[in-house]
Amino acid sequence: MATETVVDEIAPPRRPRGRKRSLWGERIVEWFLTLNGFVAIAAILLIFLFLFKEGVQAFQTISPGRFIQTTELDFDNVPRTVRMWQPVSTNPKYSLVPLVLGSFLVALPATLIATLLGVATGIYLAEVAGKRTREIVKPGIELMAGVPSVVIGFFCLATLATLVQDAFGTTFRLNAFVGALGVCFVIVPVIATMTDDALRAVPGYLREGALALGANRWETILRVVVPAAASGLTASILLGMGRALGETMIVLMATGNAAQVTLNPFESVRTMTATIAAELGAVPQGGEQYRALFLVGSVLFAFTFGVNLLAEMAVSRMRKRLAL
Amino acid sequence: MKRRLAQILALSALRGIALAVLLTTLLMLASIAIGGASSISWEFLTAEPVEGMTRGGIFPAIFGTVCITLLMIVLALPLGVCAAIYMVEYAGNSVLSRVIRASVNNLAGVPSIVFGLFGVGFFVLFVGRSLDKVRGGGLLFGQPAMLWAAATLAVLVLPVIIVNTAEALTAVPRSHREASFALGATRWQTVRRVVLPQARSGILTGSILSISRGAGETAPILFTGCAYFLPRLPLVHLEIPFTGLSVPMVNPLDQFMELSYHIFIMATQSTDAAATRPIQYGTTLVLVGLTFLLNISAIFLRVRYRRALEAR
Repeated sequence: MATETVVDEIAPPRRPRGRKRSLWGERIVEWFLTLNGFVAIAAILLIFLFLFKEGVQAFQTISPGRFIQTTELDFDNVPRTVRMWQPVSTNPKYSLVPLVLGSFLVALPATLIATLLGVATGIYLAEVAGKRTREIVKPGIELMAGVPSVVIGFFCLATLATLVQDAFGTTFRLNAFVGALGVCFVIVPVIATMTDDALRAVPGYLREGALALGANRWETILRVVVPAAASGLTASILLGMGRALGETMIVLMATGNAAQVTLNPFESVRTMTATIAAELGAVPQGGEQYRALFLVGSVLFAFTFGVNLLAEMAVSRMRKRLAL
Repeated sequence: MKRRLAQILALSALRGIALAVLLTTLLMLASIAIGGASSISWEFLTAEPVEGMTRGGIFPAIFGTVCITLLMIVLALPLGVCAAIYMVEYAGNSVLSRVIRASVNNLAGVPSIVFGLFGVGFFVLFVGRSLDKVRGGGLLFGQPAMLWAAATLAVLVLPVIIVNTAEALTAVPRSHREASFALGATRWQTVRRVVLPQARSGILTGSILSISRGAGETAPILFTGCAYFLPRLPLVHLEIPFTGLSVPMVNPLDQFMELSYHIFIMATQSTDAAATRPIQYGTTLVLVGLTFLLNISAIFLRVRYRRALEAR
């Protein structure tokens, strides 16, 4: 991702006169390609606009404070503050707190585990593996990246959840941790591939210099190559986290979908993505809940967009540093 | 000695982790293959689900997956490749084009469920309902349908296709373009005769990978056209005028069954999920098989392409 796609400042020389037909063809092709470019971009911009337009409308009927907490009378008619996502009820509650917490309770452990595994695999691919092994391991990782997320979700639901429950003795079979492990299957290949790319972009003379100074291979990797590619590694981890926040099917199938405010990763949680996926099918369009779901989508979009933007900045920083 | 020991330990740890990652993936796939192998049969692949989806096959789901993938390719591939050619070869390096590049890159990382939201809100409710209003009469376009599901998937894979194609185009050395220009070729002649032939297999690989990503997605189509249970195929009979013949054609305004959605529904929403486990495993195996077919061909192409690039 984030390749600098620039072939600028070179242009064909002016054509001599008398070849009008070919120039017309040229113009038509250029016009057609430009049109395509703008249609594609318009489609993309439309998503931003549409999502936020619908999301912002939620504020028309729901006051902003209710997206944090609501007051409700409990059984003894004593008012109490609740932070709940419970849109279908006589007193609908739209607190985003449990959903955002749920998303991070899955994404953070997933990113942590996947960083360890993914960065190590990436370093192995770029620096340790021989050419032959690389040609087996790399396609293997690519194949891993191609497994549809619903398949991983099914695996978590059918097999992994039982294994985790046996190993950790958790109360709930489906919980945030099972979801996090599932999400690892998606983001380890992302992190590994990007780490590999970043390390291979480090110029060879840095390695040669380190080796010539008497460092061994591991010292060269640890003290020279990895620091040189640090921004690239940061980008890979951030992108992985962006994917983890946005993953839908795995968390929908494996986290238990109970919207509660908790910090315990072995509890059932409900993420922003799973909330949209579980509820959008059943809501009347244009209603309060429909718009609230679009607001959840906008918040999710903002989180992932921010994380991806940081990653992009890290990549361009690394490119500048390595170009010197 | 100590340094040497550290090196040996660290490098074998790296090897071990990489191996563990691969093995875990293999184990997952193996568990699916073992679970699914017994339910795969000719009948399973060609029959329709019966008895409340507790028996029978998954043919409508396979059919739906193939249809929607083809429709998605038609909608997204030409547009994406042309847009990438425009971005790399024509757009230059102005502020605007840099902003566009950044947003395309960023969009490739937008969560798939967000596309699902967009699909419902924009395609089904906005475009569809507006078409219905113009047409008059009842609901035809303004409901979940294969067309909208495919359009949603197309929007999802569009940035991926653009990024991959752009990558393949930029891999063509700048000097080749300069040489072509120096010989008097125009920009389009250069693109067509110099750049595209070299980038072809790279574009193909990237496109196959993008398509396989789209084919395996579930979240965007949850609400835009998938049917829980639709034993008939989404076909319509088209009359050929004057001959009295009618040919069956895929009806893009119908709902459809789809493999990944079928897995999701059977595993989570079915009344007795444990009883239909064999069907779930079988369906998963078929989906994995289909996407792997695409992925493996892409990887094979990529390896050949890399070799060709290195040989040059």
